[in-house]
Amino acid sequence: MSRIFYFGLINMKITEIRLATRLKPLSRPLFICKVAAGFPSPAEDYIDKRLDLNNYLIKHAAATFFLRVSGDSMIGAGIFSNDILIVDRSITAKSGKIVIAIVNGEMTVKRIIFNSKQTTLYSENDEYPNINITDDTDFEIWGVVTYVIHKAE
Amino acid sequence: MFALVDCNNFYVSCERVFNPKLKNRPVVVLSNNDGCVIARSNEVKSLGIKIGTPVFKCRQLLDPIGGKILSSNYTLYGDMSSRVMSLLEKFSPEIEIYSIDEAFLCLKGFEKLNLEEYAQEIRKFIEKCTGIPLSVGIGPTKTLAKIANNFAKKSSTAKGTCVIKKSNHKDILKLTSVENIWGVGPRYAKLLNRNLIFNAYQFCNLQDSWLRKKMTVMGLRTAYELRGHSCFEIDDIPAARKDIASSRSFGKPVESLKELEQALASYVSQATKRLREQSLAVSTLTVYLTTNRFKSNDAQYSNSITYKLQTATSYTPQLISHATFLLKKIYKKGFRYKKTGVILSNLSNEEERQPGLFECTEKRTENKSLMTAVDEINTRFGRKAITFGSEGIDQEWKMRRNYLSPCYTTCWKDIPLIKI
Repeated sequence: MSRIFYFGLINMKITEIRLATRLKPLSRPLFICKVAAGFPSPAEDYIDKRLDLNNYLIKHAAATFFLRVSGDSMIGAGIFSNDILIVDRSITAKSGKIVIAIVNGEMTVKRIIFNSKQTTLYSENDEYPNINITDDTDFEIWGVVTYVIHKAE
Repeated sequence: MFALVDCNNFYVSCERVFNPKLKNRPVVVLSNNDGCVIARSNEVKSLGIKIGTPVFKCRQLLDPIGGKILSSNYTLYGDMSSRVMSLLEKFSPEIEIYSIDEAFLCLKGFEKLNLEEYAQEIRKFIEKCTGIPLSVGIGPTKTLAKIANNFAKKSSTAKGTCVIKKSNHKDILKLTSVENIWGVGPRYAKLLNRNLIFNAYQFCNLQDSWLRKKMTVMGLRTAYELRGHSCFEIDDIPAARKDIASSRSFGKPVESLKELEQALASYVSQATKRLREQSLAVSTLTVYLTTNRFKSNDAQYSNSITYKLQTATSYTPQLISHATFLLKKIYKKGFRYKKTGVILSNLSNEEERQPGLFECTEKRTENKSLMTAVDEINTRFGRKAITFGSEGIDQEWKMRRNYLSPCYTTCWKDIPLIKI
C-alpha cells in the first residue's frame, strides 16, 4: 500500500504537507479460478441422454426397412391403412408373427402360422381370405414386422 | 487367409429386393443419361445384350419378352451397399471395401474354422438381412480369393462359395485363364499368350526375373500371390482423395452460356460438398466443356482452363463465382455442348491451412457457418432441399433418367407401398 500525501489547498497556496494514515497491509487470498455462482445441481450425477426412438425401435439398422400399407386386411392386428411398418429382415419368423411375405411376386402383410404340416398366412379381418401355402406356391418371407407406426387421428 | 465377397448382379439385385415381380424377368440397368447398359440380370446375359449395349437396342430385344429397363438409382444402390458392408463387419475384424459391391475380409486366425461353412454363413446372413445374393471366394492371398470368387459365381456346383486349399489349388489355377487374373489386363494377357502362357498355373511358374522385367514388380507380386504367398494386405484406411471432379453429360445439347453456368454451378456445389465432408479445402480449379464427339455432323469444340486460388477454400459461393468466370473465358457461341465440369485439385486439410495475408478471419468463420447450415439442411430434408440461385430453377439440361425407380430406403415419400 502506498503512502498518500495530502495537500491542503487554500487559494491555491500550499499550506502544509502531512502524511495520511498509513494503511496496514492486510493480505487476502487471490482467487485463481472462477467460482460457479449458485449451488451445484443435484441432478449432476444423474444426467442421462434424451430418449431416442431409433434406439427403442431399431435393433438391427442395416437389416431394418420401412414400408407403408394401404388396405384393411390387418386391422385386427392394429395395422391400418397408411400406417408405416418397421420391418427387420434379420429376425427369423416364428409362428404367430406378423410378416411381410411375397406370394406369387406380390408383397403382402399377414400373420404367419406354421407347424410341421401346414403353413398359412392369416389376415386379421374376416372380409379377407387366408392364404394356404402349398409346395407349389411361389412363397418367400421378406421380413418380420416389429413395430407399427400409426398416426393418432 | 482372405475372403472376397461380391454381390451378384448388384444393381439389378437392389431393384429386385423392392420389386419382387422382377425376380425371374430379364432386367437391365442403364448408365447416366440412360445411355447404355451397365448392369444385366442373368436372363439378359443369354440374350446377347452386353455391357455397353445402347438403350434403343435393348428396347428392341426386351420389349417383346416383357423385359424391364431401369435407370441407375445410385441413391438406392449406395444405401444398400453400406448396409451390406456394415453387416460384413460381423464376420471379420478387418474389412476392405473394394468397390460398391465387393469387399475383402481378412481371415487371419480363422484357419481352424470350416471355411466352406463360414462362407455359406456369410452368404446366407447377408441375403437374409438385405435380400442381396452374394458369392464368397476364400484363399490364402487376395489374388487367390478373387479367383475363388470367380469360381463361386460361375461354377454350377459351387453353390456360391469356393475355398482354395492345398488340395484344389493347382487345379483351380489350371482352369483360370490369364485374363481372369486380378491385375492382368488385356495387354498383359496378349503378351502372355504370345509366350504360350494361357492359364494361371503356367503364369505362376514363370521365372521371377522374366516377370519383373516384362510385367514390373506388380506382375511379380501377382505371381507370388498366385503361388500362395501374400503380398497385398488389407487396406482398411482409404487413401486421401487427390482431387474431386464433378460433371455430367447433358440430357440434351446445350448452347446458351446461361444454361452452362447453371449446370456448372450445380456441379461446383456438389463437388464442394464432398470437399467439406472430408474437411478439405481446394487451391486449384479446372473448368472444362466439350461438344459431342460422336455427333460427327456437329461442329466440334472442347477446351479447359485452370486457375490457382490465392488461398485454399471450401466456400461454395466463392468457387461458383470463380468457376463461372473461368467458363466465360472458354465459352464459344454457336456450339452444341454435351458436357461441362469442374475438377478441384491441390486439396489440403482445412485445419492445416495457412491463412492468406489479406484474408478476413471473421468473414471466413461466417462463411464456414453458412456452409455448415446449408449442408445440415440438405442432410435433413433431402439432397437438393436448398440450392444456390446460380444453379437455376428449371434445369432443362439435367441428366435424363426416365426409368428411375423410387429411393425406397432413403426418402419417406418413396418407401414401398404394399396393398394389404
